Amino acid sequence: MSTPGIKGKGKIRLGDLIFSRAATFAGAGILITLAAVAFFLFLQALPALNPNADFDGKAENPISYIAPYIFGTLYGSLIALAIATPLAIGIALYISHFANRRFSQLLGYVMDLLAAIPSVVYGLWGILVLAPFLNPTYVWLNENLGWIPLFEGQVSATGRTMLTVGIVLAIMVLPIMAALIREVFLQTPRLHEEAALALGATRWEMIKMAVLPFGRPGIISAMMLGLGRALGETMAVALVLSPASIISFALLTSQNSNTIAANIALQFPESGGDYRSLLIATGLMLFFITMVINLIARYIISRRAEFSGAN
Amino acid sequence: MKKKLLSLAAIASASVLVLAGCATNEAGPAANVTESAGGSSTGGSVVALEGTLDGSGASSMAAGQEAWVAGFQALNPGVTVNYNPTGSGTGRDQFEEGLTFFTGSDSALKDEEIATPHPNCSPADGPMFEFPIWISPIAIIFNLEGIQSLNMTPDTVAQIFSGEITNWNDSRISADNPGADLPDLAITAVHRSDESGTTANFTDTIAKAAPDTWLLNGENAGKFEKWPAQWGGEGGQGTSGVIAAIAAGNGTIGYADASRAGDFGTVAFGVGDEFVPYSAQAAARIVDVSPLKEGRPDSMLTYDLDRDTTESGVYPVVLISYLQGCMDYADDAKAELVKAYASYMLSAEGQEWASENAGNAPISEELRQRALAIIAQVK
Repeated sequence: MSTPGIKGKGKIRLGDLIFSRAATFAGAGILITLAAVAFFLFLQALPALNPNADFDGKAENPISYIAPYIFGTLYGSLIALAIATPLAIGIALYISHFANRRFSQLLGYVMDLLAAIPSVVYGLWGILVLAPFLNPTYVWLNENLGWIPLFEGQVSATGRTMLTVGIVLAIMVLPIMAALIREVFLQTPRLHEEAALALGATRWEMIKMAVLPFGRPGIISAMMLGLGRALGETMAVALVLSPASIISFALLTSQNSNTIAANIALQFPESGGDYRSLLIATGLMLFFITMVINLIARYIISRRAEFSGAN
Repeated sequence: MKKKLLSLAAIASASVLVLAGCATNEAGPAANVTESAGGSSTGGSVVALEGTLDGSGASSMAAGQEAWVAGFQALNPGVTVNYNPTGSGTGRDQFEEGLTFFTGSDSALKDEEIATPHPNCSPADGPMFEFPIWISPIAIIFNLEGIQSLNMTPDTVAQIFSGEITNWNDSRISADNPGADLPDLAITAVHRSDESGTTANFTDTIAKAAPDTWLLNGENAGKFEKWPAQWGGEGGQGTSGVIAAIAAGNGTIGYADASRAGDFGTVAFGVGDEFVPYSAQAAARIVDVSPLKEGRPDSMLTYDLDRDTTESGVYPVVLISYLQGCMDYADDAKAELVKAYASYMLSAEGQEWASENAGNAPISEELRQRALAIIAQVK
């Protein structure tokens, strides 16, 4: 506010004051909102944590109820991440290092368009188009590779399985991840790249030596962003998945662990009393899981902060 | 100059859009039907009714309520009726909090719910009215090439949905269908993955009609809204999710509101010695053959549905939704609105109108007369 080195009353301009107060207010407002949300979740969830809570027979106790949903949330998001990460890195590399300028801009626009599609539309596309399309593949996998635990079980007749959900989620998080990783790769110091090429590296070796290590914290932050999106995805999962309240690793059956968000979407309208508090408690769990994952991501990135493209 | 013109045009079009959104609730295409319904059954309002009436509740009758609102508002242009399909549980909660003046509910009021004070009634713990207003047959539909109808006893249905019968060419199915060419195909039973009154009514019917085969861990599974994981099968979200799942697979079977049954093959349910396919009259009959619940005041027509009836021509797999409200409202103007709207919904024309637009089964004449008698006493 007052210029440094001049003690006493420097002239404080009204515009500066308003701006700084507004910025502080905005920052504080975010913190207050976050605290308020957490507080609301906690208050509403409290009746469910009471030992005498009556859940209308829909749940025996909170822990046994929530466990399959936590598993389903993490499992579905991990599948989505496993599919989306290599694809996103590939797309970003292509756009930043292999495609010519105009085509890469076009590709960038198309990727951003993908991000604009509402998740309900993804859900509808999943059940009406993707699931029937993938079903013959699932039948084949189940028949020929059924000895792998992931592919065992009675294969679903409609294709609405955890694997389909993983693919839909992967497509949903792909644009965000690709955009972020692309920006990071574009920031790679030209000197490093040219030094690698000057030493006789091939295009791929240059990328391996100069681009990927530089971009690693950025890739991780993109993965965390994608994971955050996938963890909270509601409508696509609610529409596409055929759920059952069990913990199951099988990817091709009709009995899949549901995710927390999709479960709340399905059960909330007709719920009441303590059961509703239980659903909000599952939401609180999701809040905590997301927070923990973000903290882990921040920690990983901070270890290489000075060499990070995400500075 | 060009910029000014452009910005003027932008403001003009934006304000057109905004103001169009402020238009009052449109009356809807009810004019030709409701002209004939005009005088007789809407309580003959000499003074034009005015005001807003808020209600909420079951989403099962959402389509019906939309049709009724359109029809009623065409007859009474000064009234705005709002029905919010929040779900039966939320609807009853909102009535208890005094936010709404009537509730549509898939399940009858429990004794505790009747005893809690309701702010819109006077006195707050005064009597309430409750009667069925929406009868919706639940069709059991399947996707098998070339087969349009199958006969199934309640036991067969129970065993299919609990995972006991796993193939279409099982002898228990072919025993009742001598002429049908059943393929060697696995059965996928589709259920609702969200909690719904449809599931509750379907399971209630099967639990009462087939108590020995509707087993979970050796005991009667009874009526429930959340499908047990052990029975397997596929889950779909909402009626449309179930329909989509049945359409997507081969050899799928599921239960859904009959208005959405479309071209799928349907099951003729075993009642007594015969197999009854679903139809509006057969569904409405179950209310006539069922006794009233004991211990309720005369203003409440709470039926204890006789799901395992052996009366002929009854299709017991139905979803009955009730209309609930106060007998004596604190606000007399609202009482008039509730009376007029309920009378419209109960009238023959109202039920026909809803049936054409939303696919429910019109209530029987007997039920209509009893309910109209109750509504006439609301003040």
